[in-house]
Amino acid sequence: MDFFQSMDWMQLIRCFIVGGIICIIGQILIDKTKLTPARILVIFVTTGAILGGLGLYQHLVDFAGCGATVPLTGFGNLLAKGAIEEVKTSGLLGAFIGGTKAAAGGIAAAIFFGYIASLIAKPKMKKQ
Amino acid sequence: MNPIETNKTYQEYVDKKSPNSPIVKNCFNAFLIGGLICSIGQVIFNYCKYRGMDIQMSNTIVSIILIGLSAFLTGLNLFNRIGKFAGAGSLVPITGFANSIVSPAMEYKSEGYVMGVGGKMFTVAGPVLVFGISASILIGIIFLIFNTQAITFV
Repeated sequence: MDFFQSMDWMQLIRCFIVGGIICIIGQILIDKTKLTPARILVIFVTTGAILGGLGLYQHLVDFAGCGATVPLTGFGNLLAKGAIEEVKTSGLLGAFIGGTKAAAGGIAAAIFFGYIASLIAKPKMKKQ
Repeated sequence: MNPIETNKTYQEYVDKKSPNSPIVKNCFNAFLIGGLICSIGQVIFNYCKYRGMDIQMSNTIVSIILIGLSAFLTGLNLFNRIGKFAGAGSLVPITGFANSIVSPAMEYKSEGYVMGVGGKMFTVAGPVLVFGISASILIGIIFLIFNTQAITFV
């Protein structure tokens, strides 16, 4: 197929390795500290937003593609980058619009699919 | 048997009794599944770009597909099995965000569709959005104050 020939396989390997390493950091946080998963997610998003605001995260995105954008640090980066871009065009208002605007697709999809999936979900059985 | 007096001795007791989680094996599983999820995203991303979409749109489509997929896998109780194996490998990618929305919503379904499902959806995802969006607003304001390229110091 034409699509598979056009694919950058080295990019895919870089993506796999970087994505995996970010997950290892999360796993070490789970195993070595007593943080709850919610706090770990918050730490990842905030770290991503700060690194994105400093312009450092973009280098990782350039290197690893989805290996950097799919983990939640990428979500934070998206929020921060969106805010900065929007500030450049519409000033103070942009700080409030930009972040959510950039992440709107993901947030709306999470709410919509989350609600539908909960509706169709079978009640949880406590069998192991 | 001594009664357990303080929290500290109790904590030491728990640490002694609880089995050590095999951290190397956990990290390997997390690496494998996390990398796999990111690679699935990359393939979708490449396909979108191959169909002539721009980078921002492709990224949004990747997020939407991964979120939708993991939301429905959670609804079918399949995602928890992956999560048990992968640990942070399925938590840290955006799939974990969708999973954290659906699981509490399923749990509280008996409390009704508005306050039960609709209200409890954000018990875990709420803090993520609060801190993420607040951080983005602060970063925007900071950028506005130091409106130079100096803040992107690389």
